[in-house]
Amino acid sequence: MSSPTTPSVSVRVLLFASYAERLGREVLELTLPTPATVGQVLREVRALPGGERLPARPLCALNLSHVGPDTPVSGGDEIAILPPLAGG
Amino acid sequence: MSFLTELPIDLAELVAEVTAPEHGGIATFLGTVRNHHGGRGVLRLEYSAYIPMAEAECARIAAEAAARWSVAVALRHRIGRLEVGDAAVAIAVASAHRDEAFVGCRYAIEEVKRRVPIWKQEFYSDGTVAWVDPTRGEESGIAEGAGHGGWARG
Repeated sequence: MSSPTTPSVSVRVLLFASYAERLGREVLELTLPTPATVGQVLREVRALPGGERLPARPLCALNLSHVGPDTPVSGGDEIAILPPLAGG
Repeated sequence: MSFLTELPIDLAELVAEVTAPEHGGIATFLGTVRNHHGGRGVLRLEYSAYIPMAEAECARIAAEAAARWSVAVALRHRIGRLEVGDAAVAIAVASAHRDEAFVGCRYAIEEVKRRVPIWKQEFYSDGTVAWVDPTRGEESGIAEGAGHGGWARG
């Protein structure tokens, strides 16, 4: 049953506006053990320096659509963490 | 066609896009930059966006309105630096009869505010700058962690 390495996925995470300022970056690449969810991506980001200044449940998007934290992620996915929207 | 633009918005262009012989009514909405917010004087704004998703979300909103009320929708949101009085968002919705035009236009602006990933930085007359968070003020928006119930759905 044992495999030499734990299966993992690499995803791209985008930060915007006030959240990008809080972490001091707009893009990061994360590798997570599978199966992974948007919520796990969030936890990883919130563990980074400045990440504690993000809310526990921000708006998130997966590949250009709004999603909830339980949504599974796959390799190559683009996850965006969205500050409160202020268009219009 | 792009829904986002860095250039000034011309509402007449949007009206022209939805004008057609079968349409008997066109409802429009123009959102402009206000010189005050929360009791503070606002000098100018900077809008930024997650552009690919904002484009996709605007396309979805236009398609939803078109499918639901048999309307034609033109929609534009400006990004970048805007001055007081500038048009930030413009919508023109045309239909055979006025009811569908009004309701489709209202749907489009409410959904833009609720779903499109655009952010606004306000520059105040006292020299300070802040990211606008509509979930904390008198305006409505998607609260962080809330679901996506939807305006005028169901």
